[in-house]
Amino acid sequence: MYIYDEYDQRIVEERVAQFRDQTRRYLAGELTDPEFLPLRLQNGLYVQRYAPMLRIAIPYGLISSKQMRKLALIAREYDKGYAHFSTRQNVQFNWPALEDVPDILAHLAEVQMHAIQTSGNCIRNTTTDQFAGVAADELVDPRPWCEIIRQWSTFHPEFAYLPRKFKIAVNGASEDRAAIGVHDIGLNVVKNDAGEIGFRVLVGGGLGRTPMVGSEINAFLPWQHLLSYLDAILRVYNRYGRRDNKYKARIKILVKALTPEVFAERVAAEWQHTKDGPTTLTEDELNRVAGHFSAPAYESFSGDDADYLAKREAEKGFNNWAMRNVHAHKVPGYAAVTLSLKPTAVAPGDATGKQMDAAAELADRFSFGELRVTHQQNLVLADVRQADLHALWEAAKELGFATPNIGLLTDIICCPGGDFCSLANAKSIPIAEAIQRTFDNLDYLHDIGDLDLNISGCMNACGHHHVGHIGILGVDKKGAEFYQVSLGGDSGRNAAIGKILGPSFAAEDMPAVVTKVVDVYLEKRTPEENFIDTFQRIGMDPFKERVYAATH
Amino acid sequence: MQQLIKRDALVKETWHLLPADTTLEGLSNSDDLIVPLDLWLEHSHALKARDGGLGVWLNSDEEVEAIADDLEHFQVVALNFPVFSDGRSYSNARLLRDRYGYKGEVRAIGDVLRDQLFLMKRCGFDAYVIREDRNAEEALQSLKDFSEVYQAATDQPQPLFRRRG
Repeated sequence: MYIYDEYDQRIVEERVAQFRDQTRRYLAGELTDPEFLPLRLQNGLYVQRYAPMLRIAIPYGLISSKQMRKLALIAREYDKGYAHFSTRQNVQFNWPALEDVPDILAHLAEVQMHAIQTSGNCIRNTTTDQFAGVAADELVDPRPWCEIIRQWSTFHPEFAYLPRKFKIAVNGASEDRAAIGVHDIGLNVVKNDAGEIGFRVLVGGGLGRTPMVGSEINAFLPWQHLLSYLDAILRVYNRYGRRDNKYKARIKILVKALTPEVFAERVAAEWQHTKDGPTTLTEDELNRVAGHFSAPAYESFSGDDADYLAKREAEKGFNNWAMRNVHAHKVPGYAAVTLSLKPTAVAPGDATGKQMDAAAELADRFSFGELRVTHQQNLVLADVRQADLHALWEAAKELGFATPNIGLLTDIICCPGGDFCSLANAKSIPIAEAIQRTFDNLDYLHDIGDLDLNISGCMNACGHHHVGHIGILGVDKKGAEFYQVSLGGDSGRNAAIGKILGPSFAAEDMPAVVTKVVDVYLEKRTPEENFIDTFQRIGMDPFKERVYAATH
Repeated sequence: MQQLIKRDALVKETWHLLPADTTLEGLSNSDDLIVPLDLWLEHSHALKARDGGLGVWLNSDEEVEAIADDLEHFQVVALNFPVFSDGRSYSNARLLRDRYGYKGEVRAIGDVLRDQLFLMKRCGFDAYVIREDRNAEEALQSLKDFSEVYQAATDQPQPLFRRRG
């Protein structure tokens, strides 16, 4: 992974000193609340329902065991002993004291971490595929590009006060596990016929109140021009994005108003002035950054590990876990493993300090000391020998990481919701738990197969409900908490926004509603279909008829 | 009393910033004036004929392209921040410097706060009118918040990746 040099380290340390002074001035009454607000937000600090919430960047989801142990220490010393891994591959602490935040940032700087631009109307943490660098279907490793974008966006002086927040995602595989279609900018690293690397550039995707899939504005941007082209997009947005209404301020609204074609022309016109300038990336810089992501010292195996395959045959529990939580690796004899943070009755994405320490231990023992955080709110060990999988499974079971549900209905993406967040209309975690309890039969769950169920407690869509195959949105109905269901969303290569099923439901009806939706799928599916395939074939009506027929 | 930081030091203010609805009538001939964009666009001949210094100010929703051909006439271009969270004037400043080659003073006016100064300086501002209720002496410190930067901007056209040792 990327290791800071003296420059990177100095910038992060100077940030700590800057924020320490800003906090001192705020506590001394020299800064008003509205003035401190953008300063603390650009450092990931929200004032939440019960206490400040501090969001720490995990750049593109990559974290070392040493960094994970530091997070565990922060959880213990400054929080209530746990942390929450978010849908943007970041980590959040829900109970720090405001005056402790500078000290927490100093701890983070010791292990090359920070909270820079994890919130506020600026360029946020760049996200990518959790299997970057190891996925069998990968064409180009996206991580060097993510790091290059991280450095370019860090304290970019022109774009610190954008109309609204700005999120960039990068994908380099044939599957899209980074959901680039629903980001302000989605970058697909591609190779042209000559084998040269470039980017397919999507702009204007996003969730929130006006969910949209991004539009392509450049089919092949040669890699050397990545940063000057991003500068051009951001400059057009900074100048012409709406600032009169925060709900219409995201770049997607500007792209739609201008049309993607006109937006692309504006960007191209702006770019002509800066193209080929000093911001043009160099081979040296690419090599320098890419060198940090070279392959670890893999052992050489000729193919799958025979003992691993035999154990799968022999032990049903191990096989269930391997089917869902073990993923193909580009190197023979290795696998990537998801550690589930979603056992039933735990808030999705939550981990205790003890679990974080334990995950770090597993990373050291089995996966070259590195972990990844996924946007589905789980952890990944990306480089595990197949021969070690059984031992890893045993250890993960002990630690509560082995729920064999990755990609299944109970692997729910869920925001903190009304239990924690001051923006929420409704609670989300209890809904997730009720659904997990209803679908507790593992064979049944495996039979249902791949199904993304996402829950957001409000329109801001932190739980990505628009792109859940089944999406659930908490709404306020005359002061009561209700839930609106949508079907057919998809965050992958065929990104789509789900369609609303119909009138919303009370919390206690939600498990039954989901059961009915799943029943329709099970009755109508063909042998090769997953839920989303059946939905696309038969449409909304059969689901609607079943769900509403029974409730009236 | 206006507090003006210019090239990293507190200086005495000599310019008069005229409000947006200013008309030509009764305008001083010899004072140093920063006039609103509309006044310049309507009366550039008369303004050029004055003896005093001339500057122009643009609000955040006005575009520097409007004065791109007139820059030789201005000793000061002031860019307004109606609220500190409105970031459009950062782009206007960079365009003034990087694209149109303006060498005069680029002044930040309006809701200018200490914690924005470092960013403003990077975008080509070299003068800042600090809010009257703030300590301008202390604000000077924030021009030095960071000793190193990643990306190219007006103050440092070479990105760090071309300078890393």
